Amino acid sequence: MILDFSVIWENFPQFLHGVRVTLQLLFVSLAVGFVWAVPLALMRVSGSPWLNLPAWFYTYVIRGTPMLVQLFLLYYGVAQFEAVRASLLWPWLSDATFCACLAFAINTSGYTAEIIAGCLKTTPPGEIEAARAAGMSRLQMYRRILLPSALRRALPQYSNEVVMMLHATSMASLVTLADITGVARTISAQYFLPFEAYLTAGAFYLVLTFLLLQLFKAAERRWLAHLRPQRR
Amino acid sequence: MVKLEVDDLHKRYGAHEVLKGVSLKADAGDVISVIGSSGSGKSTLLRCINLLEQPNAGRIVLDGEELRLVPAKDGTLRAADRKQLQRIRSRLAMVFQHFNLWSHMTALENVIEVPVHVLGVPKKEAIERAEHYLAKVGVAHRKNAYPSHMSGGEQQRVAIARALAVEPEVMLFDEPTSALDPELVGEVLKVMRDLAQEGRTMIVVTHEMGFAREVSTHVMFLHQGLVEEEGNPREVLARPRSERLQQFLSGNLK
Repeated sequence: MILDFSVIWENFPQFLHGVRVTLQLLFVSLAVGFVWAVPLALMRVSGSPWLNLPAWFYTYVIRGTPMLVQLFLLYYGVAQFEAVRASLLWPWLSDATFCACLAFAINTSGYTAEIIAGCLKTTPPGEIEAARAAGMSRLQMYRRILLPSALRRALPQYSNEVVMMLHATSMASLVTLADITGVARTISAQYFLPFEAYLTAGAFYLVLTFLLLQLFKAAERRWLAHLRPQRR
Repeated sequence: MVKLEVDDLHKRYGAHEVLKGVSLKADAGDVISVIGSSGSGKSTLLRCINLLEQPNAGRIVLDGEELRLVPAKDGTLRAADRKQLQRIRSRLAMVFQHFNLWSHMTALENVIEVPVHVLGVPKKEAIERAEHYLAKVGVAHRKNAYPSHMSGGEQQRVAIARALAVEPEVMLFDEPTSALDPELVGEVLKVMRDLAQEGRTMIVVTHEMGFAREVSTHVMFLHQGLVEEEGNPREVLARPRSERLQQFLSGNLK
């Protein structure tokens, strides 16, 4: 077997562009998903069924269906309706980048909400009691004690979610976007070199994963110092 | 001057009545030790004072201001006005058996948290105040340490500094030395003794008979949800009249 990487080398700028598209998809969907996940998580830990049940249903549906199905529903499915095509949202909903970001954001918000809710639930009861006894209002308790503590403890699990999302963005290539995988698909088809093309794509994902994990390692050193064993 | 008055407090869990009408009055500078075997209701009494538990009946008055209570569906009393409850709680600092420091904050951050975010003290002033109190309880050198990196005795002293930093009217101690290793009990008791000598008003639920006898101005012995005997600790603990207290002390005296 002879591998021909000269084609890959010639098309390297395209791959770099693919990295940009992948990172854009990743960071936009993570940012939107996270902002959406925090209120969802708060609803999930609420004692009121009016808040809890809708959030439970949302995360159940999102986590219970494949992301690819969600993406296709949004990009191909919704366009089927005349009302949608006629609506003001159509310029956005007909745009592949917008649909991919939206689908990924919705997806990660479901998982992230459950991660944060889990960490909120495992807040030591004594710390909540101390906050109540000190005269904090409910809002202060969430803002000063519960959320800061839970978000820190969520970091290790969240780093997993981020890496999974990085890999999931490869689905964007199925709705015509030229992310890393999209570039690999094009090159593979043009030159009939699938092995070289996808191997290169894989290498890019490996490097990006490594960088993301380093980022989280630094974040954990900074924000999880209180849970690290200490040498005396 | 009466700082804290608790009147005829009742607390039930289902059919089990934990407090059957307990009253307590603390003048400024009083140190009241509440003793009794486990299940006597002493911790519940303390936790009802700042409404960490909801009593079924009773009155709580801090510094002449009565905590307004209204009955809830389950028969317990709730604060009629959340704002008033929060204000009263912020003037009653509590020290817990398991310290309950906020684990994601350093010692200093724990101590400035309530002054800055509940009482609205400017941050710079709160830090000065916090450093003063941390030094007072002997843990100034640990101000940047996280709770999990400190010994139990250090954590409890930080918790006492956190309570002091709000400059409370009354301090509530819920078995503050019960979770500590025996060799760490002394350092916490010493801090509490100093506070008592400064004239702070304290309600202390404790198993430390030495502290109750030597430091407190008043001792209350709770048995099955009632005050079985109370009075001057030197008299009550030296010559207990009730059989229950005699039994309790003979099992406790070291």
